[in-house]
Amino acid sequence: MVAASRVPVPAALNCPNCGGVIELRGFSHTRSAVCIQCCTILDPSTPDLKILQQFDERMRVAPLIPLGTRGTFRGAKYEVIGFQVRTIYVDGTAYSWHEYLLFNPFAGFRYLTQYDGHWSDVQTVHGLPTYTQVAGRKAVQYGGRTYRHFQNATAETTFVMGEFPWAVQVGEENTVDDYIDPPNMLSSERTGGEINWSLGTYVAGAEIWQAFQLKSPLPPARGVFSTQPSPFAGKVGKAWKTFLWLCVAWAALMAFFVFSASNKEIFRSRYHFSQSTPGEHSFVTDVFNVEGHGNVEVELRTDLSNNWAYFNLALLREDGAQGFDFGREISYYKGRDSDGDWTEGKAQDSVVLPRVPAGRYYLRIEPEMDAQASAQAAAGMAMSYEVVVRRDVPTSWLFWLALPLLIIPPVVTSVRAAGFETQRWAESDYGTGSGSGSSSDGDDDE
Amino acid sequence: MSRAANCPACGAPVTFAWSSAVQTACPFCKAVLVRHDVDLAKVGEVADLPPDSSPIQIMTEGVFDNRRFTVIGRIRYEWEQGNWNEWHLLFNDQTSGWLSDSQADYAVSFLTAAPVAFPAAGELPVGRVFQFGESQFQVTHLTQVRYVGFEGELPFTTTDQESFLSADLRTVDARFATIDYSENPPLLFTGRFATFEELKLTNLREFEGW
Repeated sequence: MVAASRVPVPAALNCPNCGGVIELRGFSHTRSAVCIQCCTILDPSTPDLKILQQFDERMRVAPLIPLGTRGTFRGAKYEVIGFQVRTIYVDGTAYSWHEYLLFNPFAGFRYLTQYDGHWSDVQTVHGLPTYTQVAGRKAVQYGGRTYRHFQNATAETTFVMGEFPWAVQVGEENTVDDYIDPPNMLSSERTGGEINWSLGTYVAGAEIWQAFQLKSPLPPARGVFSTQPSPFAGKVGKAWKTFLWLCVAWAALMAFFVFSASNKEIFRSRYHFSQSTPGEHSFVTDVFNVEGHGNVEVELRTDLSNNWAYFNLALLREDGAQGFDFGREISYYKGRDSDGDWTEGKAQDSVVLPRVPAGRYYLRIEPEMDAQASAQAAAGMAMSYEVVVRRDVPTSWLFWLALPLLIIPPVVTSVRAAGFETQRWAESDYGTGSGSGSSSDGDDDE
Repeated sequence: MSRAANCPACGAPVTFAWSSAVQTACPFCKAVLVRHDVDLAKVGEVADLPPDSSPIQIMTEGVFDNRRFTVIGRIRYEWEQGNWNEWHLLFNDQTSGWLSDSQADYAVSFLTAAPVAFPAAGELPVGRVFQFGESQFQVTHLTQVRYVGFEGELPFTTTDQESFLSADLRTVDARFATIDYSENPPLLFTGRFATFEELKLTNLREFEGW
């Protein structure tokens, strides 16, 4: 009475319809087997091989993984024993995916699904997902994860091959709801009053080809699949974190330069200039010492008001070996109009010469004002000004220059990540694009 | 209680692995034997179980929640879309439990005192929630079940009902419960789903080609 310790391979059947040979692989689990020669589904558990259905062979599809293929997938040996095509119709267009039924006599059943070259590993869910909402949309929680509703559809079985542990039927319809938390998908299938849940995980096609040692070319994945892991997953946060750290590091470096800059005043002198003074306007200052290394700042402070002046400047080394020529226009205007007080420009300015070798230097200064206006003015044009020279002043322009460069990578990453998510959701009931799910029943958002 | 007796029908020795077993079958003459006090009485004859593909058999051993068990009996049930086995487990501490195997989908459960009075068979809807211990169990499937046969030792006598209602209940964390209407009041079994790997089953059947 104790069951035979060894279970024999089930004997092949002869199709009661066409006489063709039907191989069996699912032992006595099989409740329906397909004669692929004549597209007949029969029940091998009945003595007379009761015919369950004969279906239209026009939907015939060749599976990418042949029935009977065995492989070690995710820790267990599996044999492909069943294949079915399921189809949803959106706005009159059919979208089909393929389901492979995997079987191991000890570990049981498992599924692989394939849509547009995207694969998922699907297993039955034993727990009970709980319904919730995320941002006003349907969602479910399961195993500590939250899955957002992606699509509601009526899936029709349109082609079957091999064998199944249930009574499979072409034309059978189920209401399917998919909820995603990439790379996982929770799906509920409603048949009659029952809801059955399954959990799918996105799998690289290459892993399946490796597991089943398939020689056929791996069809490329097209588009973005609902549970396809984003190539930017985790990269957006990381990019911004990197940006933040670079800013901190850069600011610290700048602070170091600012605090370590000697910022030493090495020359200061006050002058008066009158445009109406005849003769050469240029003159040279006393010689001053420029020590150490770094930049030199020349600051000009004038008492100009509603006037302008131009300074031709040269920082010249006493030995004549080095000279820096530069110029600055200073203009300052102010007034009052219907909008109130206004000003334009500044009465002072400064020039930073980035690298000046140590030495003894002097300045040649040639101020210039509006000669024509000066000639017409009663007292001519004149100004007082002060020249201050400092060695090794702190500068922050490098920091501000770097900022827009540093911010480019995180911004680009964020934009591309958002683009990927838009593509993902375009196929959903909530897509904005021309995806397949635009016919969502409107009550989803209630 | 004695663990050895003779079959009242054919006289063959009948040994019990579990001292509390109530029903068994004579391995020689296939008499269904029920134990009343110390006597064995023949109450019928077992029919051969139809072939099945469970990897489990009598004397299969395994582990559940760190307790070792041996399979000492089974009941075979069928429903509209298939059949399954309830394997009777004898744990090392002499307690008994059940390993259900439905298309190589496994769950272990234990007879549990019902904390509430269950509604009558026709009045239990899918979706109804019961609190058992710490967990909320929701009725997910209602199945009309037919008893097919048994083998080995059982803790009770098998039902004489033609068919009865069985309600499956689940929780958010993959526990499960069954309300079994084969008796009145109904029996409650609670437990959880288990993977084939975690049960560490040994002395399994072999499958040709695997």
